[in-house]
Amino acid sequence: MTMAEKVLARTSGRDSVAPGEYVTCRVDRVMCHEAFTLCGLQLASLGVQELFDPDRVIVILDHYFPTPTEQMARGHVIARDLVERFKIRHFLGHAGICHQVLTEQGHIKPGDLVLGTDSHSTTYGAVGAAGAGIGLTEMTYVLATGELWLQVPPTLRFELEGNPGPGLMSKDVVLHLAGEFGTEVAQYRAIEYAGPVAERMSIASRMTMANMGVELGAKFALFEADAVTERYLEGRCPDAPPRFGPDADARYEAVHRIAITGLEPQVACPHNPGNVKPISKLGEVRVNQAFLGSCTNARLEDLEVAAEILRGRQVHPRTRLLVTPASHRVYLEATRAGYTETLLEAGAHITASGCGACPGGHSGLVGPGEVCISSTNRNFRGRMGSPEAEVYLGSPATVAAAAVAGRLVDPREFWKGTTLS
Amino acid sequence: MERLIRGRVWKFGHNVDTDVMAPWNTISEPWETRRKTGLHIRPECVERVQPGDLVVAGRNWGCSSSREHAPENLKLLGIGAVVAESFGRIYFRNSIAIAFPNLACPGIHEGCEEGDELEIDVRTGQIQNLTRKMSFQAQPFTPEILSILEKGGLLNVLRERLGVAAPDSTGSP
Ligand code: SF4
Repeated sequence: MTMAEKVLARTSGRDSVAPGEYVTCRVDRVMCHEAFTLCGLQLASLGVQELFDPDRVIVILDHYFPTPTEQMARGHVIARDLVERFKIRHFLGHAGICHQVLTEQGHIKPGDLVLGTDSHSTTYGAVGAAGAGIGLTEMTYVLATGELWLQVPPTLRFELEGNPGPGLMSKDVVLHLAGEFGTEVAQYRAIEYAGPVAERMSIASRMTMANMGVELGAKFALFEADAVTERYLEGRCPDAPPRFGPDADARYEAVHRIAITGLEPQVACPHNPGNVKPISKLGEVRVNQAFLGSCTNARLEDLEVAAEILRGRQVHPRTRLLVTPASHRVYLEATRAGYTETLLEAGAHITASGCGACPGGHSGLVGPGEVCISSTNRNFRGRMGSPEAEVYLGSPATVAAAAVAGRLVDPREFWKGTTLS
Repeated sequence: MERLIRGRVWKFGHNVDTDVMAPWNTISEPWETRRKTGLHIRPECVERVQPGDLVVAGRNWGCSSSREHAPENLKLLGIGAVVAESFGRIYFRNSIAIAFPNLACPGIHEGCEEGDELEIDVRTGQIQNLTRKMSFQAQPFTPEILSILEKGGLLNVLRERLGVAAPDSTGSP
């Protein structure tokens, strides 16, 4: 069985499952962000006194933090009351963006089935967990029962091979997949990322690719839990199994071999993550806002690359650089490492950690006619503010380079490194 | 849920995402506000839609986020059903959970124009384009999904499981 099949077989109490089957699964971990307020109120109105297992439920308030409006603040007040009422121990407050925090605090184990009120729950695949996003009503059902029906997806395998050149990050690889295969390639499917390039990736780089698995349409986007995972989870997640991967005879719907050698930095142009071009094919694009944030790309590794590019340079006068670290811990570690000072010296504005501008919530929405280069995962029309704004997606290196140049440029002009080897 | 749904078509293209159906900065607003700001790629549709109208779309309708407001906004607008070539998977699940019929039907985008009248058999997935005298076969719902739709959504399934009476039979949120 593939990784997805193994998770769904175990959680549905079967020896094996096959693609297309409907199974009822017991979840291992449940993640709720602000949506918890509505789910909790719904449960209360149904007279539900106890959740299926409060210790498997994690609540974190990240989308509207720091609260931009009084209404959002009210939502947070209700969420806190409900957390107490339902005796949820794992309330993570405002520790940062949900997917980053759950992973860095060791709440997710390889092989887990994780359902979250957020489409980028696929991110947990970076540590070998099957994570998927669900909506409010389904979450209400899960919180009450611990179960949900799922269809077993066929699995696509992307074998990433070759030698990444300078300037490359995992974001470029996943944007390349979106450009080559389209944003529906994994619709109703699971993804396994594998091959030597995947094996060498840090957990941070894997999180970027698992995160954007949902932009390829996927239900789950998994990396095998290997020695890199084991090292990462050591001290974070004591009861994590050391390894989790597919069976040797696993059957895939398709196996795609992707050669990374010679790949240029990639950018998704407005208004779709699949509208991808190599940076050299873009022409002149002047940038008003460079945004380094979100669960896709605002980890320590990303801030380090940005600091390397901005060290001794200045943000271009026509551009504002906003940095929103993926978690409070990342913020602290970046400060200890000296990255935040470097970024501030260059003229960056650093915000509290949370979703911020990514979904057009607060702290950096863009206006009509403005152009933004963003390290996030989606550039749909209107997502980051005005429907008349244009949002480009790129790696942290591409965002930092654009901040210096005031226009989209090849990050290799400023940075010869790569996070991929 | 009605077995036969009949209505007039609003036609959309491919990859229409949930941010367009329910922009993030509106989803905590009351319905009157959401009504005006939803589906901003076709504001005239929001103005002129009649209860029972249908949406026909291309591939990947509802891609993107897990916000349930996307199908909910369409349902509250009075859209009777959506027929698309394919769906974003979370949107699709959410539509089932709130008992809003969304059918995947290869060929529908080509075979249908704005204003056409369709008749949809939700149980069998048979679709007639009454204007063009053409028929289509959507992927039929599995018995599991059909049962959630027929009970008026997943909350009613939960009510049944908890032994709580349902407030009404429509399961509307
Ligand atoms: S950072 Fe953006 S993509 Fe990530 S959870 Fe927040 S809103 Fe969603």
